[in-house]
Amino acid sequence: MNDRINKLRDVTINLGHGGGGRAMRDLIEDVFVAAFDNPALAALEDQAVFPLAELARHGDRLAFTTDSYVVDPLFFPGGDIGTLAVSGTVNDLAMAGAKPLFLSCGMVIEEGLAVDTLRRITASMQRVAIEAGVLIVTGDTKVVERGSADKLFINTAGIGIVPEGVNISARRAQVGDAVIVNGFLGDHGVSILIARQQLALQADIASDCGPLGSLVATMLDACNDIHCMRDATRGGMATVLNEFAISSDVAIHIQETAIPVRDEVKGACEILGLDPLYLANEGKLIALVPARCAQRLLAAMHGHPAGTHAAIIGEVVAQPAGIVILKTEFGGRRIVDMLVGEQLPRIC
Amino acid sequence: MCLGIPGQIIGIHDAVNNLALVEVSGVRRLINIAFIVDEALPPAACVGDWVLVHVGFAMSRLDEAEAMHTLALLRELGEMDEAGELGDLRNATDTFSATGSTP
Amino acid sequence: MKYVDEFRDPDRARALTLEIHRLVERIDRTRGGLERPLQIMEVCGGHTHSIFRYGIHQMLPPEVEFVHGPGCPVCVLPMGRVDDCVALAERPEVIFTTFGDAMRVPGSRTSLLKAKADGADVRMVYSPLDALAIARATPHREVIFFGLGFETTMPSTAMTVLQAHAGHIENFSLFCNHITIIPTLKAILDSADLRLDGFLGPGHVSMVIGTRVYRFIAEQYRRPITVAGFEPLDVLHSVFMVLRQIAEGRCEVENQYARIVPEDGNAQALSAIQQVFEPREFFEWRGLGSIEHSGVRIRDTFAAFDAERKFPVANLQFSDPQACQCGEVLKGVIKPHQCKVFGTACTPDRPLGALMVSSEGACAAHYRYARIDTSALTGRAAVRPGSAPAALRAQA
Repeated sequence: MNDRINKLRDVTINLGHGGGGRAMRDLIEDVFVAAFDNPALAALEDQAVFPLAELARHGDRLAFTTDSYVVDPLFFPGGDIGTLAVSGTVNDLAMAGAKPLFLSCGMVIEEGLAVDTLRRITASMQRVAIEAGVLIVTGDTKVVERGSADKLFINTAGIGIVPEGVNISARRAQVGDAVIVNGFLGDHGVSILIARQQLALQADIASDCGPLGSLVATMLDACNDIHCMRDATRGGMATVLNEFAISSDVAIHIQETAIPVRDEVKGACEILGLDPLYLANEGKLIALVPARCAQRLLAAMHGHPAGTHAAIIGEVVAQPAGIVILKTEFGGRRIVDMLVGEQLPRIC
Repeated sequence: MCLGIPGQIIGIHDAVNNLALVEVSGVRRLINIAFIVDEALPPAACVGDWVLVHVGFAMSRLDEAEAMHTLALLRELGEMDEAGELGDLRNATDTFSATGSTP
Repeated sequence: MKYVDEFRDPDRARALTLEIHRLVERIDRTRGGLERPLQIMEVCGGHTHSIFRYGIHQMLPPEVEFVHGPGCPVCVLPMGRVDDCVALAERPEVIFTTFGDAMRVPGSRTSLLKAKADGADVRMVYSPLDALAIARATPHREVIFFGLGFETTMPSTAMTVLQAHAGHIENFSLFCNHITIIPTLKAILDSADLRLDGFLGPGHVSMVIGTRVYRFIAEQYRRPITVAGFEPLDVLHSVFMVLRQIAEGRCEVENQYARIVPEDGNAQALSAIQQVFEPREFFEWRGLGSIEHSGVRIRDTFAAFDAERKFPVANLQFSDPQACQCGEVLKGVIKPHQCKVFGTACTPDRPLGALMVSSEGACAAHYRYARIDTSALTGRAAVRPGSAPAALRAQA
């Protein structure tokens, strides 16, 4: 073990920790290397290097993605910015059917952030990384002046390998495909709204944030021809369905009564005038699959902890192309449009 | 301006300042009940009542008898119809195709 | 959700729809044929939202049409008043608090949302009491609450002012843009180019002002009016009740929403309004021009809480762009999709006029939920004239 571990005595982060000198080295070793605990990171090189042959064991294509995480508040029921930073990027890889392998972690820290906060967040990141079977192998740390960043911004990039024969793309929807979601929608969006406290609501709603790699592996075992798959993050399920409909030039019909939404999320939406279809999720995927696989796939998902409330909510048809249509619980029909701007609570 | 939702008063937070805890489908919020209380019906007597919640205020007590009455009226309207015609209308309005994959 | 789910029951909807069809046939027979569809105006933006969100307009026979009234207080906010909001928000000492839907309304140069992005301290609140709480928590800042809405929301704003007064809060004020429903209804009824057969009355306004106030509509103007709830079954039931009045040759005020709306309204709420507000002689409505006595202002007693007296407010007036036909849509003379710029120059993304701004505006609701005719889903979709989804996708 490096004799520098446990040398960080500071209680808060200051500009010196981003300066490239001893203070920064102490921070990296004592917080990041200690938390993420793997040989690649501990080597403290400027990059992580892997033999291609190793990677090729898992499939024939490399998947590569990146995302930045700027959530406020940093901690909320069900997770924190750290759990989001790992899950979100792991999920972007998983949505291609890729086996997620390695993540990078770039942090922009506002001076004054408590070191303890950073320790809690990196601990969360490692917990999710272990659950997802990934290693955080390289990173970067910057510290900026007070006011230049909102407490902490994290960027994670990830690589994974797509197994041979797996071909998932927003352009592959076919008429007749079933639309499947893996569980309750809107939990993350509402839990964040509540955690921000501006609206003074209380409810037992926690974010659904979590890695979906294992669920996707189960899904691919049950159905080797998933056409489209995306996680329903900002903009919610409505955005993903519109993206599929437009990219594949098909129409998507969904049944309101089939869409799983918790009572508390419904309640919060009714009070605030929000539509759960547009709320953010951090552990929910939407998949379009051939009709012949749908029931088998659903059964497989029900057997997995991230899919216990999975449901078939609709189907792909030909017309009107590029449009998503909802059959309401009341029986009438309406368009589910692309979101314009941010969804705001209303009084009308 | 119109957005209001029925909620149930589950507790009084501050009777003097007319603040009560209301619950809508498991979501709770403090609301002001000044508009639905008076000498005959003080805050304590409101616990368990259903009210219409709008921008943080209880604007009206929900009259449960009237609610039942309206639902009964609607039920009666439905029963006026013979099975045949209603069945036809159901088939006519239901063009949503059932491939067996939607509930 | 209790008292909500029961009023969304699709089985009841089918029965009601059938009864509506029967009533229309009866009216048709009685009149020896209908020259034009029966037109029922829903006054309230909340009803417009329900109709489109649940697809209720598709469930009606073609002989019955909704005419979307101007009861969306966000939509009818004049540009000049939005400019005033922005000017107030841009003052460094001010925390400007507002309901969510008002943030996107464009003024003559910008909106509150954009002003927030540019550094103005604009904060969204759910309740005016939350704004007062902010004032208590930040005594060194001036907190202004943007009060808008009909009589539904007036009592809440009034009560907040009364609390501020009782608590001697010196850093709280109200920018009052409340409007009243009765002058609005009169203006619509007096409109020469309008042919309405009945009204769906505003359910939540009525829980404050009661139902007797609408008698003039039935007695003087000879139109049936049914005060309606907001769940889809309430709306359908109310349409049924209006049609039944027409079929039976009656012109009365009926109350479909009796579980919430008392005939006499809410005495405490009306009292709070009375104490704090008085009528303004004129108030401007975007798209409709000025309507007499349709606005309220804060009484002199509470002048210390009137943002218009505390701060300089320009109160300039702007006309809508020439291409804008909001006024005609608001009066129900044309339907949203009949406006020449609907879906082309005017979209929710880039609204030209008031009705495309708030999601309860008739044009925004129509565009978002119904710009494609989904009632016949076999074969090609019938796209409404004036909307061009392919071109818009290219824009997005």
